[in-house]
Amino acid sequence: MSTALAYTETGAPLGAPVYELNRVSKTYARNLVVALEDVDLTLRHGSFTSVIGSSGCGKSTLLKIMAGLIPPSQGRVVLQGEPVTGPRRDIGMMFQQATLFPWKTAVENILLPIEIRDGKAAAKAALPRANKLLDIVGLKGFENVYPNELSGGMAQRASICRMLITEPAVLLLDEPFSALDELSRDMMNMELQRICREQDATAFLVTHSIQEAVILSDEIVVMKPRPGRVAEIVKVDLPRPRTLEMMTTPKFGEIVEYIRGQLDKGEDM
Amino acid sequence: MTDLTNNPSSADSADYGEDTVWVQEVAFIDSVPRWIAMTFVFLVFIGTWQVATSFGFVSPIILPTPLETLQDMIFVGKNLATGGYMLTSLWITVLEVLYGFALAIAIGFTLGVLVGETAFGEKAVMPYLVAIDTMPKVAFAPLFVAWLGFGIESKVALAAFIATFPIVVGTAAGLHAADENARMLFKTMGATRMQTLIKMKLPTGLPQIFTGLKIGAVGVMAGAITGEFLGGGKGFGELIRVAASQLNTPRVFSLILYLSFVGLALYLVVQFAQRKIVFWHKERVGSHDG
Repeated sequence: MSTALAYTETGAPLGAPVYELNRVSKTYARNLVVALEDVDLTLRHGSFTSVIGSSGCGKSTLLKIMAGLIPPSQGRVVLQGEPVTGPRRDIGMMFQQATLFPWKTAVENILLPIEIRDGKAAAKAALPRANKLLDIVGLKGFENVYPNELSGGMAQRASICRMLITEPAVLLLDEPFSALDELSRDMMNMELQRICREQDATAFLVTHSIQEAVILSDEIVVMKPRPGRVAEIVKVDLPRPRTLEMMTTPKFGEIVEYIRGQLDKGEDM
Repeated sequence: MTDLTNNPSSADSADYGEDTVWVQEVAFIDSVPRWIAMTFVFLVFIGTWQVATSFGFVSPIILPTPLETLQDMIFVGKNLATGGYMLTSLWITVLEVLYGFALAIAIGFTLGVLVGETAFGEKAVMPYLVAIDTMPKVAFAPLFVAWLGFGIESKVALAAFIATFPIVVGTAAGLHAADENARMLFKTMGATRMQTLIKMKLPTGLPQIFTGLKIGAVGVMAGAITGEFLGGGKGFGELIRVAASQLNTPRVFSLILYLSFVGLALYLVVQFAQRKIVFWHKERVGSHDG
């Protein structure tokens, strides 16, 4: 698998496929609800993809299937050539809540995935890398601080480090900044973009915010409910790196309006 | 907010008129230190007690005066300090309490993990625990005496029996305290069930577990003394029972007070351990806990 990156003229990556979903469906046996129907999706190396849709459109189910937390009812999920049949260390995940454990310091929290998989000695060996990650997200000097003393934004920065410590091939982000205030949220999104580019990461973001999806993504997957399905994949050809100023440009506005129209179209309730 | 209304800029003040500084009323009790408030209640209590006894509202056989109680406390204190027979009794009761508490922790924690962690425990064991917990546990005292005799064992058993249930409930509740995100996170990290239990669920549940321990610490005392009342022996409860049968109420009062020091000490040890171990939870520990 080639890791060489090609870019389009707008700077969007054209890497090799990392994550491939073929006709993935999920029916919950308990109430026979079709949560997902025939989802086809390809994430390319170094790309940033967002999924957006109203609640009940199956985006959480999709994310859980991609993370190997629940199995699909039908279809095929392949990451780096290997079928996903359970949680894997090349998948990094981040949630709406930072979920740092209060009895561990920031750096101990970050090392937790290593400690779980490879034991305490391996975690200790990874300490320099954890410190470097803390430096990257701007938390240098907070290594030995307990989560109680971190602000919401700082806690999410630490949880970014925890996600990155195992050097995952793909980042699954479940509304990671939606609990933050809007100013922190914009700032964290720019941070996220920078980190993704620095780490050459492939990212997949679930969000409720059209603006957030547009400013971060190369592609936006618009999903519709009942049954949960992909309605359209919108390409965002804003140049990279993105800046917050771009949110005031007509082009940005056009894309946002277009996606809003696509989302409204499906709402026949 | 206050910065806006209290803007001291003198140049602008003419435009805004006078500052709208006003005094926010503070409830009187908020300005009184805790120890003064506590002393006040204590004095009112003692005063009422003194009035009730010295003016003959209550027979001295039923209720001694505060002074008589204090004199008897000094007497008992001297006996304890000089290693008299009361110290031997107290030591027996303390042992019953400590053994009973240790046994309650061992059984309660094990059952709590069984009920809180396994579906089998929750489905098949929990209903029986709830059923036994609703029984008046003190009523088992004669059975323990019949099974274990009049020695320390029957008291330890009753003390442990009473203290076990809050620890079971605390542990089981603690294991359910972890939220969905934490569980998912551990799943994504590929954690085994044992790792999830030890590295996440148990630490998350420590505050609830300690709540169970504190309730258990109170119960274990009651169990030991009840056991002594009903099953004889040589403990402090027996001294109380004998004093009561002789209508020596000042002695009963002072013995109860010394006993309460033991109970308080045990409670404080648990609380101290909680503050040290559950250090991240300290803001909700302590007297304002409720």
